[in-house]
Formats: sequence, structure tokens, C-alpha cells
Amino acid sequence: MANIISDETIEYVGILAKLALSDEEKEQAKKDMGRMLDYIDKLGELDTTGIEPMSHVFPVQNIFREDVVTNGGESRETLENAPEQKDNMFIVPITI
Amino acid sequence: MSVQYAKQYETVIGLEVHVELATKTKIFCGCSTEFGGAPNTHTCPVCTGMPGTLPVLNKQVVEYAMAVGLATNCEITRLCKFDRKNYFYPDNPQNYQISQLYLPICRNGHVEIETADGKKSVGIHEIHMEEDAGKLLHDEWEDCSLVDYNRSGVPLIEIVSEPDMRSAEEVIAYLEKLRMTIQYLGASDCKLNEGSMRADVNLSVREVGAERFGTRTEMKNLNSFRAITHAIEHERERQIELLEAGQQVIQETRRWDDHKEYSYAMRSKEDAQDYRYFPDPDLVPVYISDAWIAAIRDGLPEFREEKMARYKEVFDIPEYDIGIITDTKHMADLFEETVAICNQPKKVSNWLMGETLRLLKENAMDAQDIRFSPGNLAKLIALVDGKEINSSVAKEVFEVMFEKDVNPKQYVEEHGLGTVNDETALRTTIEEVLAANPQSVEDYRGGKERALGFLVGQTMKAMKGKADPAVVNRILKELL
Repeated sequence: MANIISDETIEYVGILAKLALSDEEKEQAKKDMGRMLDYIDKLGELDTTGIEPMSHVFPVQNIFREDVVTNGGESRETLENAPEQKDNMFIVPITI
Repeated sequence: MSVQYAKQYETVIGLEVHVELATKTKIFCGCSTEFGGAPNTHTCPVCTGMPGTLPVLNKQVVEYAMAVGLATNCEITRLCKFDRKNYFYPDNPQNYQISQLYLPICRNGHVEIETADGKKSVGIHEIHMEEDAGKLLHDEWEDCSLVDYNRSGVPLIEIVSEPDMRSAEEVIAYLEKLRMTIQYLGASDCKLNEGSMRADVNLSVREVGAERFGTRTEMKNLNSFRAITHAIEHERERQIELLEAGQQVIQETRRWDDHKEYSYAMRSKEDAQDYRYFPDPDLVPVYISDAWIAAIRDGLPEFREEKMARYKEVFDIPEYDIGIITDTKHMADLFEETVAICNQPKKVSNWLMGETLRLLKENAMDAQDIRFSPGNLAKLIALVDGKEINSSVAKEVFEVMFEKDVNPKQYVEEHGLGTVNDETALRTTIEEVLAANPQSVEDYRGGKERALGFLVGQTMKAMKGKADPAVVNRILKELL
């Protein structure tokens, strides 16, 4: 494995992903991420001189909607997935 | 400023202004953007971040963003795309906000502002399109938060200025300029107090003559021009005091508390503020052709400066009135459309400057909230001109029209408010008034002019206000 993920990096990624990882899980994640980066490096071996960077995998552009109301009107379906609800709203832990 | 510092400082301010666009639907789905719906009723799988859903861009959002860009002298990015800004927060059900980091739709613009110090150009770094988040309500009794996703996915543009402003006065002038321009475009109502226009202030101070910028802070939660002015003054002082005490300004986001008139740190840069932006694979790029830009440019309205200049030439009304009338496009449209019907600019202006402004102020409304139609205002003016109603009845009718946009002609007929032009009836009433007030009659004949006013008043009262005061005056003088 050419890419070595440091303890600091895995700690930081854990914070960003809001995941509390055990020491074992951290070691496993470091290995997985290293392998992923190795794979990405592999793509770097390709010669891409003269190829314009693309921003989407399909050669399509300008897919639009007209500004016309087609959805909504009730909250039942949206709230069906709420673990807890009150007054038509999702209840979440207090967040300021 | 009253406080004296050891050194001379310059304040450097840049603004990030979020504007909620006036589309009927959200940016990536067909849910309504209407304000005030019951919680979560304007939602669908797309704007609540359900797995497997696909966002589709609202064309009107692109057109509003282009129009604002063209009106602020920006270059339009021919190939633009959307990126994901990743963060976890309950108001953001996808765990990312769709925004534009790498290729924003507009770049390198500027607007002219004018303050007491003169004219100046403020640069616009970029304008990008993005989606709004849901709304969190805090339930202090239950110790939980409640989430309403009606606002999730409502289209926004964020207008990022260059750090070109040097005082609160310039900031207000810049915001006024943006508000006016965007309102004239019809792209947003730009109400700071309702959140359809939000400004974050980036501020740093440096010694006068210094080349490098100082460390800046970002101030949020500014809901009025007054709050913005106060927050700028406080933040300037806070930073200068830190520097004078030999301390450093920390780059952080601060929240302004308008009641307590101070700000506090929300989060510093040491906290993870790593959004890990990457291109959104669900949305295809937007290619903007010359023809599309030309079509949007052709559709731009006459803006305020041009309008003011034209009014000065065409209409014989005071410059002050022109300033107020053109302050909002709604008022200017109302003025022009009414004048087009009745061709009486001075009278239309008087109704707008007098009664309309008075009632707007009394009801804490904005000019954009005016409900009466140009046709009805023109009818009211015609009723007064034709002496069908007197001026005090006209004001009474106007109040009803202001509230409910009634047809004044019909209202006057239905409520029997028309001026009584039957002189015989009027004469009879006046004779009765004279008989009932012998003292006043005697006073008047004895040379007390004031008694006449009293008798006119009594007659108007007896006629329930429906007589023409000039006619009453004439008949009274005859009979006396």
C-alpha cells in the first residue's frame, strides 16, 4: 500500500463524518482509505494530455424544469419517515 | 466616533448577501415556495433528501440569476455547474447543500453607490445559485428541536462583494442599491425583516496606509439596516480595542444579538469548517448561449436612475415625490399605469405621496403590499374632478379602496356618498340650520366671520358630509 493514512487524518475524517470510531475500527478504516487512494493513484497513470476536463459523465446539458407547482400540498408522506413528530414537524435532539 | 485611539484605523468591509428568488417553485423540485404554509406541506422526496431522488433545475432560477448578474455588470459564466457543500445539520436533510463553488453563474461585476462622500464603485466578486435549508424551531419545554422543511430547496442567489466598503454608510448604500435593482427585476421582494434578503458582514480593520488586510470576522443574524449599522460600529470598535491592547483578532463567525446590541463567537476556524465540496453528479452542466444572454438583457426593465430622469422630463411633479414614487417598482408601475388612464400626474402623485404613504405607515406595510389597482385610483380621481364626491368623502373611500381595492364609483353609489347637487334640498337644510342657530346668524351679521365657518360645519353635518362645501358657502352667504 503506497498511501498511508495517519492517525490525525482518520481522527479528522471521523469528526467531519460525525463518527465515533473505536481503535480497531480506526485501523480498519485507515487500511480501506489507503487502498482507495492507491486505486485513485492508478488513474493518474493515464496520459490525459490534450483531453479537456469534463464536469459530467454524460454529454448532456441544460436539463430544466419549468417553474410550475407539481408536488407537495400535504405533509403525511414526508412525515411517514419521522422517528418522532410533533405539530407536523420532525423532532430532533435540541440543536442551536 | 467619540472614542479616541492611539492610531488611525480604516475599516474594510465585504458583504455576502443571500436573496430568496421570487419563483413559484423550489430550485430542484416542483414544490411551492409560498410563505406560511402548514409545516412540511411544501415538501417532497427531493427537497427532503430521500435516497434515489433526482434534482432537476428550475429554469427561472437561472434566468433570475442571469438578470441580477447583468444588472450588476457581471460576466456570465458560459458553462456553469453545481457542487455539493457537505455538512451535517438537521435543517439540511441531504447532509449537503447544492451550491456553486467552482463555476458560479456570474463573476466580476460592480455597482455604483452614492453616499455623502460621493460616488463609488463596489466590486462584485461572484453571484452563485444555491438552495435554502429548512427551518428549526426550538422547543424549550420539551428540550428538543422541531424541523419544518418547507423552506428546504427554496432558491437563493448569494451575491459576494469585493472588500470595497469602508463604512456602515457605504454598506447601507450598497444594500439599498442591490435591493432596488433586484426588486425592479422582480427577482425578489428583498425584505430584510422577513429573511428574503440576508446580509453577512465580513469586517477587518487595519492601520491607515497599511497594505495588507487585517484578520476578518464574519457577522451573521443582521435583520435590519439599523442592526447592520450597529453591528458594524461595534465590531469595528471591538477589533480596534483588541489591536490597541496588543492582542490579535481571531478569524471567526460571530452572531449579532440585536436586543443586547453585542455579538458573540459562533464558531472559530479551528472548528472543522471543511465542506469537502465536489461537483454534484446528479445535475448536468448549464450551458448559457449568447442568444440566451441577449434575450435576458433585452428583458431588463428601466431601472430607477433612468426612470427618475424620465419622470423629471415628462411629469411636472417635485423631485422629492419622484424619489419616493420610484423607490419601489410597484409604486412606480402604479403611478405610470394610473397616469396612463387619467393623464393627471400631479393628482396621482398627491394620492400616492399623501394618503397612500400615510396608510402604509399606519399599517406597517411596504409599498409592494399596495393592493388597489391603477383603474380604481383613476376612477376615484375622476369622481373628485367631476365634483361627484367632495375631498373628505374621497379620503374615506380611498381608505376602503386601500384596504379592499373596491371600485370607488360603485362604493359611492352603494353607500349613498355622492355629493348632493340638488340645490333646493340643500337650501331647505341650510334654512333649518339657520333657524336652529339664531345666535350664530346674529354673530355673523354683527361682523363675526368665524360664525360662517360654524354654520358651514353644521350644514355639512346635517348633510352627512355629502355636500360640496363651496356650494354650501355660496348659499349660506345668499341667505344671510
